[in-house]
Amino acid sequence: MKRIDFSGLESPASFCGADSDLCESFLKTPSFQLPDTLDFDGFQKEAIQMVKPAKGTTTLAFIFKEGVIVAADSRASMGGYISSQSVKKIIEINPHMLGTMAGGAADCQFWHRNLGIKCRLHELANKRRISVTGASKLLANILYSYRGMGLSVGTMIAGWDEKGPGLYYVDSEGGRLKGNRFSVGSGSPYAYGVLDSGYRYDMSIEEAAELARRSIYHATFRDGASGGTASVYYVGPDGWKKLSGDDVGELHYKYYPVGPAVVEQEMAEISIA
Amino acid sequence: MSIFEYNGSALVAMVGKNCFAIASDRRLGVQLQTIATDFQRIFKIHDKLFLGLSGLGSDTQTLHQRLVFRHKLYQLREERDMKPETFASLVSAVLYEKRFGPYFCQPVIAGLGDDDKPFICTMDSIGAKELAKDFVVAGTASESLYGACESMFKPDMEADELFETISQALLSSVDRDCLSGWGGHVYVVTPTEVTERTLKGRMD
Repeated sequence: MKRIDFSGLESPASFCGADSDLCESFLKTPSFQLPDTLDFDGFQKEAIQMVKPAKGTTTLAFIFKEGVIVAADSRASMGGYISSQSVKKIIEINPHMLGTMAGGAADCQFWHRNLGIKCRLHELANKRRISVTGASKLLANILYSYRGMGLSVGTMIAGWDEKGPGLYYVDSEGGRLKGNRFSVGSGSPYAYGVLDSGYRYDMSIEEAAELARRSIYHATFRDGASGGTASVYYVGPDGWKKLSGDDVGELHYKYYPVGPAVVEQEMAEISIA
Repeated sequence: MSIFEYNGSALVAMVGKNCFAIASDRRLGVQLQTIATDFQRIFKIHDKLFLGLSGLGSDTQTLHQRLVFRHKLYQLREERDMKPETFASLVSAVLYEKRFGPYFCQPVIAGLGDDDKPFICTMDSIGAKELAKDFVVAGTASESLYGACESMFKPDMEADELFETISQALLSSVDRDCLSGWGGHVYVVTPTEVTERTLKGRMD
C-alpha cells in the first residue's frame, strides 16, 4: 500500500508534556491509504461518482457594520432525488467562527471537524483564539495538499477575531480569497442577484438578516437543487448566534401571499328594455 | 442527463367510482433552473377525455397540437367524440410514426368511456400502451409517485376523496424531486361535471 507523506505540513511547535502519544495523534495531519491500482485516475473517476451527494446548495456570507452574517439552505440531493431537507450546512467551528458547506457532504464535514480540532489546539498552545485568517489558511493548505485527488469542498470561513470581523472563501481547487461578500453553490448566481442589489455596509442586524434570508429564499425558488429551510447566523464581538431558521415552503407565501382567484369575467343577464 | 428530464415533470392519473382524476405539477425548468411555475401539461380533448404529456416541454406542446388536429378530423368525419380507447390507439399510432426519432414524451390518457366507465392508460415515447385499473404515473417524480400511490390509493373512491388522495400523492412525491413541483394542477372528472383546481405547494 502506498501512502501520501504529509510530514511537511506538520507544525513544529510542541506543547504537550506527559501524554505526548495522544497529542501526536491529534497533531498529525490524517493520512489515507491509497488504492493499490495502476490506473489511479480511472479508479478515482469511478469512486468519486459513488460518494457525491449534497451537490446543489446555496450558501452566503457577508461583512457589514455590526459583524458577519452567514446563511444557507438545507437541501441534500443525489441527482434529481432529494435525500434530505434538513441538512446542517453551517458548521460551528468554535464559539466565534462558522464554516459553510457546499460540494461533497462528507468532505466538508470531515475537514471542518478537523479544522475545529486544529483551532482548539492552537488556542491551547498559544493561549489566544486563532484568527480567521489563520484558520482559513490551515484549511486551504490541507485542501491544497489533496489537490487533484477528487475532494469537493467550497466553503466560507466567517468569524470574529482580534482584528474584528473576518471572511474567507476557500475551495478544494486550492483557492483562498478574502472578501466582504461571498455566495457559494449551485444557487449562488440567484443569491448574488438579490444580495448585490440590496447590500449596504451600514445595515442594522435585522436588515442584514432579512437580506440574507431573502437571498436564500430567491435562490431556493429558482434553483431546483436548493431548498428546505433558510438558516441565518450572525457573528459579532461576543461570538455567533443563530437568528432564524425558516421553512422556505412557508416563506414563499409570506413574501407572496395568495388570495382567492379573481374571476376575470362573469356572465350577467342583460335587462331588455 | 436524459432529454426526458431536461424540463422536469410529474404526472399522475387515478380511477375512482364512475370518475377519474388527473394531476400534474406546474414547473418548467431548464435542468436545475426554474423558468416558469404555471406550465400546463394536462390538456382537455373533450369533456370526458384528458391527456397529460410528461417529458420535454416543446414536444409536449407539439404532440398536443397534432393530437387535437387528428381529433378534430375524427369529429368532422364521424360526428361524435372519440372514445378513450380509440384515442389511446391514435396516440400510440402517432407516436410510432416517429419510431426512429421519437417525441420525448410519456403520455397519460384518462377518460370516461361508454356508460361512464373510467379508463386510464400510459405509454412510452414510441407508443407501447400500458392499461391500468387503479393509477398510472409518469415524469421525473415517477418513482416517488409509484410509492405514494401504492400506499394511498383505495378502489372505488368518490370524487371528493379521489381529489384529496391524488393531491396528497402528488404533493408528497414532488417534495422528493428537484425537477418537479412548484404547485399543481388537478382535474376531477365525473359523468356530470369537470372540476379544475390549482394546488398551492412548496415553491422550492
